[in-house]
This record gives sequence, structure tokens and C-alpha cells, in this order.
Amino acid sequence: MVDPSLRQSPLATLHLGGREGQPAPEASVHLAERRSVGKINLRADPGDGVLMNAFESVLGYPLPLDPNRTSGDGKRGALRLGPDEWLVTVPGGQENALFGALGTAATAAGGKHVALSDVSDARTILTLAGPRARDVLQKGCGLDLHPRAFQTGHCAGTLLARAAILLHQTGDAPAYDIHVAWSFAAYLWVWLEDAGAEYGVAVGEVE
Amino acid sequence: MLRIECPHCGARDEAEFSCGGEAHIARPKEPDKLSDAEWADYLYMRTNPKGILAERWCHTFGCRRWFNIERDTVSHEILRVYAMGEPRRESGT
Repeated sequence: MVDPSLRQSPLATLHLGGREGQPAPEASVHLAERRSVGKINLRADPGDGVLMNAFESVLGYPLPLDPNRTSGDGKRGALRLGPDEWLVTVPGGQENALFGALGTAATAAGGKHVALSDVSDARTILTLAGPRARDVLQKGCGLDLHPRAFQTGHCAGTLLARAAILLHQTGDAPAYDIHVAWSFAAYLWVWLEDAGAEYGVAVGEVE
Repeated sequence: MLRIECPHCGARDEAEFSCGGEAHIARPKEPDKLSDAEWADYLYMRTNPKGILAERWCHTFGCRRWFNIERDTVSHEILRVYAMGEPRRESGT
């Protein structure tokens, strides 16, 4: 667990501070970073109904069991990473409490082969939104992002401009959360700004 | 580029996957009893058929799970996707 006062953005070297929240009336792409999100990697057997119910009572929503799906809302949710693996997100600072609650629930439910890892600082989240956000992503991502194939509430581990990302559509605008490894974040930010330049990019307020 | 049907994520581009080479190669149970030639055969010799080949693939940038596929090395057609540990088909290589 990292002392929160020591946390800094992986984008600090880009000195975006002066551009955050500046009015950009022509912009049709909005880019920002969500710094303060707690993330817990959860592995468990989806066939264990007692365990799944125990997690649901802690989280307040069921873990998604279908491929490439999420549950919960933007602040608290679970993204399905694989057949027995999820990424649970909470507002930053609450990850320790949730980590403990999930562990207690798993033990009480007699769950076998459960693994919990706090991965809050492994990846950061870049948010990409606006009417041309999909066009920006399609410049570097082979996934079919057309609404008939990829909609709000869908997620996918994939590649964007050769960087490994976890893509999560959070809104119909469209709006996306892009989970990217800490050390790739500055590279991907610069790539996204370049790819979005023709549509106009606004740098959003940091959450 | 191949389009590979990941059993956990659906059809994705080949760039998201890593190929682990030929499938169904069992590690010898007692390696110290093998001759150098037999060990080298296990390590390095692969069938390389012109036709149907069983391969291991990993969805490295998706769900990170391993699985097997049957691929035609002439047409690149993927004939079957199946789980690790499942036996190969008799009609396969």
C-alpha cells in the first residue's frame, strides 16, 4: 500500500497542469486522467454460487460472468478479465477496506482458490470521451468498436497503438476508460493527443 | 493476419496472441534416462506438416489464457479451438 501523499501522476512529466479544464469550443475529443481509483484483482471460481453470492453482498452488484462485460457503475464496478478473473474498482482510498471485506467474505463462504491483489498502482486510467472518441481509438485498435459490437458496459483487454490496454466503454457519448500500465501512460497520452489532433482535443479536469 | 476465436473473449486479431508452438508434446517422465539424441528430439524436433497442425496459443493481451487450436498450415484456416488438456482429434496430425 502506497502512502497517498507520495502518489503522483505518471503524466507528471507532460506538465498538463496548465491545460486542464481550459475551454476548447472546437474540441470533439475530451481526454483526462482518473488518478484516484482503487483497483483490486480478484480471482475465484465462477461456478461456486455461495462464493459469488458472498462477493455480491460485499460489492452490492454481481460479478459479471459473460465475456467482455462489466457490472456496477463508473465509480464502483467489476470488469471481467477472464473466465475466473475480475478487476474490481472503488474510489481511491477505499481499496484497503474493500480488500479486507472481500477476503473476509471469501473465508466465511469457504471459498477455495481465491486470490486478491491490490493493483491500484499498476495501471492508471485515461478517459477518452466525445463524439469523435471512437474514431481516435480506431486509429490504433483492431477491435470492432461499432455500437453493434461494443457498447456501454463492455470491456476488453486489447492493444492500442501497440500498448496493452484494458478498454471499458462507460457511456454512449461515447466515453471510454483506458486502463494502461503506469510506464506506458505518458506514451499513450501523447499518442492519443496526436491521433485526436484533427478533431480537436480538450484536456479535462483530473478526477 | 489471422482472426482467432479465443474461447473466453471471442474473435480477435492475431496481434493479441502469442503462439506457443506445436501442442500435445509431453515432457518425458524421466529425462535423466534419455540419451542426448532422445532429449534433443523432445526439445527441438517438431512435425511441421503441410496440412493440419495442432498448436498452443495464448491470448496474451486479452484474458492471458492458453488454449489449443487446429490450423491448416496451407490455407491458415482454423478448424477447431479447444481447451488445454483436451485430447487431439484422431483425424488430426
